[in-house]
Amino acid sequence: MLIDHPLLGPRDASEFVYKGDASLINRPDWQAEDALAKFIDYGYLRDNPASDHRELWFHEQGDRSWLVVTRDTTTHEIKSVELARDVARREGRSK
Amino acid sequence: MNYSGFKVIKEALTGHRGWGPAWRDAAPQAEYDYVIIGGGGHGLATAYYLAREFRQSRIAVLEKGWIGGGNVGRNTTIIRSNYLLDGNEPFYEFSLKLWEGLEQELNYNAMVSQRGILNLIHSDAQRDAFIRRGNAMILNGADAELLSTTRIRDRYPFLNVNNARFPIKGGLAQHRGGTVRHDAVAWGYARAADQRGVDIIQNCEVTGFRIENGTCTGVETARGFIGAKKVAACVAGSSSRLMQKAAMRLPIESHVLQAFVSEGLKPVLPGVITFGAGHFYCSQSDKGGLVFGGDIDGYNSYAQRGNLPVVEDVCEGGMAIFPMLGRARLLRSWGGIMDMSMDGSPIIDRTHIDGLYFNGGWCYGGFKATPASGFAYAHLLATDTPHETATAYRFDRFERGRMIDEKGMGNQPNLH
Repeated sequence: MLIDHPLLGPRDASEFVYKGDASLINRPDWQAEDALAKFIDYGYLRDNPASDHRELWFHEQGDRSWLVVTRDTTTHEIKSVELARDVARREGRSK
Repeated sequence: MNYSGFKVIKEALTGHRGWGPAWRDAAPQAEYDYVIIGGGGHGLATAYYLAREFRQSRIAVLEKGWIGGGNVGRNTTIIRSNYLLDGNEPFYEFSLKLWEGLEQELNYNAMVSQRGILNLIHSDAQRDAFIRRGNAMILNGADAELLSTTRIRDRYPFLNVNNARFPIKGGLAQHRGGTVRHDAVAWGYARAADQRGVDIIQNCEVTGFRIENGTCTGVETARGFIGAKKVAACVAGSSSRLMQKAAMRLPIESHVLQAFVSEGLKPVLPGVITFGAGHFYCSQSDKGGLVFGGDIDGYNSYAQRGNLPVVEDVCEGGMAIFPMLGRARLLRSWGGIMDMSMDGSPIIDRTHIDGLYFNGGWCYGGFKATPASGFAYAHLLATDTPHETATAYRFDRFERGRMIDEKGMGNQPNLH
C-alpha cells in the first residue's frame, strides 16, 4: 500500500505504524459523570467496519506526523489522507 | 455409513459405487432449538458436541457459503497447548486432549499428527520466560521439555544455531503438539453432526436478527426467517459485521494474516518449528510443501489478502533460522481474516440479548482451539453456564480489568 502523505507525497505503508480507528482522537472527558463508561468504550470497543474506515497511521520512519487515512477495508483502496492535526483542530480537539 | 479399512477395500473391488455424500443437503425448517451461525470448524464442532455430548436436538448450522470455506481452510494447521496464563492453558490442553481422540470419535481420518512443536530460544531472558511457561504447562497437565542446543542440533541439523544476531540457545518442546489436516476437521465434524440429526444449511447467509423485548427469537436469512430458542454466533473474522446487525460493538478488530506454502519437497522437516526472535512458524505438510507464516499485516482488513512487506518479513524470519528455505520456491500464499481481540484471547459468552450467544475473538489461535471451542460453546448453549476451562472468556473482562493478555501488550489488537 502507498499512503499519499499530504506533505511528503506517496510513501510506502511499511514506513508507518498503524494505531487503529481515528475515533481515538476523541478522548473522553475524564471529569464527566459517565467518564468510566466512556473510557471503557474508548479503550476497548470498535466499529470495525467492512467498508470505508477512518484510521490513524504514524509516520515513524519518516516525519513522525500522525495521519488520518480513509481506506476501504475490503479492498485496501485509500480514499483520502489528512494530517491528524488538521482533523483534530477541525473537531475542536487541538489548538 | 461407517468408514473402515474393510470398507475401503470392498469399495476398491466394486468400483467405488457405494460411497454416499458425507452429509445431507438440508433445507431450512421454520424453527429450531439451536441455530448456529457459521459453518466453520468451530460452528460444526459446536453442533456436534451439542448433539452428542449434551443430547440436544433440533440443531441447525447456517453457512453463507460452503462449510469449511473460511479460516478452517486457510490456516497453518498447527495444534499445541503451550500457553502460560491460567485463563488459557487448561482450555488449550483440553483441546489437545480432544484432538488426540478425535479421529476415533468422529470415525474420520483428520490426519492428526503429533509430530511435536519446538519454540526456539535466542537469549537468556527468553530461556527464563520459556522455563516459566513450560512449568505452567506441566502444572496444567500438558507436556513440556526444555531442549539444549546440542539436542536441537542433533534433531534438526539444518537449523542455523550460530546466526550472528539470533543464535539458538535452546528450545521449549511440546512433543504432543503437531498438525492436523485442516479441511478434514470441518468435514469430519460436519459428517458426525449430520449423522446425529443436525441440519447443515449452506448458501444461507444471515441478514439480521429478530429481537423482541430484549430476546432473540430467530434470524432473518437469505432463505427466509428461521426461528430459534437460542442463536449462537460463531463467525470469527466477521464477528463485528454479524453482531453489528444486533447493534453490538465488539472489543475486536479484523486483521489479515498471511500464510505460505513452498513447492513439494521430500521430507526435510520433522515437526513444527517456531522462531523466537521474530515471528515465524513452519511445518511440512504430508504432500511435502513447507507451510509457514508469521505476523498479521497489522491494519484492519476484510480483504483475505495481504501486502508484500509482511511476505518479506516472514521470509527473513525463516531464513534466519532455516537457511535451506532459500532453496525452495514459494508456491502459494493466501490471507485469512482474524478477529483480533483487545487482549489477544477469545470470547465464549452470552450477550446482553437473551437467547443470543457469541463465540469469537480467536485472533490467530482459532484452529488448534476448534474441539474445545465447540465443546465449551455447546456447554454454554445447553446449560447456560460456561465450561470449566472457559470461564475466563467473558465479554466483561475488559471493564473488570481481567484481561487474558499472554504477551502483555495491552489493548492494541495488532500487537497480539
